[in-house]
Amino acid sequence: MSLRSALGVVLGRGAAGEGVGHWWAQRVSALMLVPLTVWFAAALVGLPLNDYAAVSIWIGGGWNPLWLALLLLALCWHSRLGVQVVIEDYVHAPALKLGALLFNSAAHLLVLAGGLFALLRVALRGAT
Amino acid sequence: MSARPLSPHLSVYRFIHTLVLSILHRITGVWLSIGLCALVYWLSSAAAGESEYARASALLGSGVARVLLLLWLAAYCYHFVNGLRHLAWDAGFGLERLQVRRTARLVVVVVLIGFALLAYALFWPRAGVP
Repeated sequence: MSLRSALGVVLGRGAAGEGVGHWWAQRVSALMLVPLTVWFAAALVGLPLNDYAAVSIWIGGGWNPLWLALLLLALCWHSRLGVQVVIEDYVHAPALKLGALLFNSAAHLLVLAGGLFALLRVALRGAT
Repeated sequence: MSARPLSPHLSVYRFIHTLVLSILHRITGVWLSIGLCALVYWLSSAAAGESEYARASALLGSGVARVLLLLWLAAYCYHFVNGLRHLAWDAGFGLERLQVRRTARLVVVVVLIGFALLAYALFWPRAGVP
C-alpha cells in the first residue's frame, strides 16, 4: 500500500478531461471546414471580385450569409484552438503564456465578431 | 515540478521528410490564422459600401498583397490536404510507417496540383485588373 496522497500521485501529470474536449473541437471544426472552404473557394473562382454590386449581392443572397457565418465561426474556432496549442507548446514563461493565450482568445473573438457584423450589414441592406 | 521536461522535444528526432510536413502543418496554420484578418477586412469593406470596397480591392490587388494572397492560398491548399491526412490518422487509418511516408509524398503532389489550378483560376485571368 502506498503512503502517497492522492494529490501527490496526480500532481504534475497534466489535467485530464479538458484536453479531450479540445481535441474533439479541433476535429469537428476541421470536418466542418472541409465542405465550407471548398464551397467558398469555388464561389470565389466564379465571382467577379472587382464588381462591388455582384460581390455584395452574392454575400447577401439566398442562404449565403448563413454558410458564410458558419464558415467564419468554424474558421475562428479552429484557428483559436490551433494557435492555442502552438502557444502552449513554445511559450513556457507563465506570465507570457497567460498573456499570449488571452490575446489569442480576444483576437479571434474580435475577428469573428467583426466578420459576423459585416455579414449582417450586407445581408440586411436590402431589408432597410 | 518547475524543471520537468516539456514537449515538444524537438531535438531528439532523426531527420526525415515527414518531419517537414508536420512542422509545415503548424506554420501554414498560424499563417492562415493571420489571413483571417484579410478575409474579415474584405467582408467589412463590402459592408462599408462601394467606395470602401473599391479601395480594398485596389489594396488587395497590389503587388505585395498579391504575393501575400498567393501565400495564403498555398497555405490553405497544404493545410487542407494534410489536414485530411490528419483526420484519417485520427480515425485510425494510415498509421503504419510506410503508409505515413507514402501519404506524405501524395500530399505534396496533390497540393502542388491543387495550388496550381486554384492560383490559375483565381489570379491569372485577373492579372492587370486592379
